[in-house]
Amino acid sequence: MIGTVALIAILGLLGIGLYALLIMRNMIKVVVALQIMVKGAMLAMVMAGQVAGKAAIGESMALTVIVADTIVAVVALALAVQVRRRFGTLDIKALSTLRR
Amino acid sequence: MMYILIVIGLLVCALQAVRAQRLLTSALWLAGASALTALLMYLLGAYEVAVIELSVGAGLVTVLFVFAINIAGEEALDFVPSVPRPVAWVVVVGAVLLLGWMNLGTLGAVIGVTPVTTFGNVVWGERQLDVLLQIALIFAGVMGVLGLMVEEGAHPHKIESQEKHG
Repeated sequence: MIGTVALIAILGLLGIGLYALLIMRNMIKVVVALQIMVKGAMLAMVMAGQVAGKAAIGESMALTVIVADTIVAVVALALAVQVRRRFGTLDIKALSTLRR
Repeated sequence: MMYILIVIGLLVCALQAVRAQRLLTSALWLAGASALTALLMYLLGAYEVAVIELSVGAGLVTVLFVFAINIAGEEALDFVPSVPRPVAWVVVVGAVLLLGWMNLGTLGAVIGVTPVTTFGNVVWGERQLDVLLQIALIFAGVMGVLGLMVEEGAHPHKIESQEKHG
C-alpha cells in the first residue's frame, strides 16, 4: 500500500517540478521548482533502498542529496539576489538579452 | 487512508508552491511540501533522513527563501511561459508515464524490511567519500551565504565608479 502511494507521490513531485522548471521565468520560482523535483528524487532513493533490501544505502544517498540540494538553493538564491541588484530583474529571459 | 491523505496534501502543497503568484506564499507552500515529504519518509522507515529533511528542508531552506525574497523583492513574471505550455505538458506527461512504466515492478514490493546494516554504519563506515563531499559542499554553502549577504555598495564595480565620481 505505502509503496504504491509513495510511487504516486514521487511521480507527482517529479512531474510538477519538471513542468514548473520548463515554464517559469522568475529565478526564485525556478529554485522552488528544483526543490520540488529533488524532493521527488529523495523519496525515490529512500524507496529504492527499501525495495532493494538495502535501506541504509538509500538513506545515506538521500542524506547527501539533502545537503547538495540545500547548497544549490543557497548558491542559486545568492545568484538571484545579485542579479536583481545588478540588472533590476529576476526574469531569466531578459537576462539573456541584457548588455552592460 | 492516512498515506493517501499525506500524498494528496504533499501534491497540493507542491502545486500551490508553483501556482502561487507571490514568492513568499510560494516559499511557505514549499515548506509545507518539505514537512509532508519528511512525514512520508518517516512512514517509509527512513527516520534519520526524515528528521534531517524536516529541519533542513522545512526550516533552513525556508528561512533562506524568505531572506532572499525580502532582499530581492517580489516580481510577478510568469504570465508568459519560457516554453509553450503544450510542449511542457507533452514533455512532463511523457516523462512521468515513462518513469511510471519503468517502476511498475516496484508496486508489489515489500516495504519496511528490517535493514541488515544500520544507517550510521553505512554513512560513517562505507560511504566516507560522501561525508567528505558533504563537508566540501557545506563550505560552498558558506560562500553562497556570503554572496547572499554582501552589500550592494561593496561591489567592485560600484566602488570603482564611486571613486571616479568622488
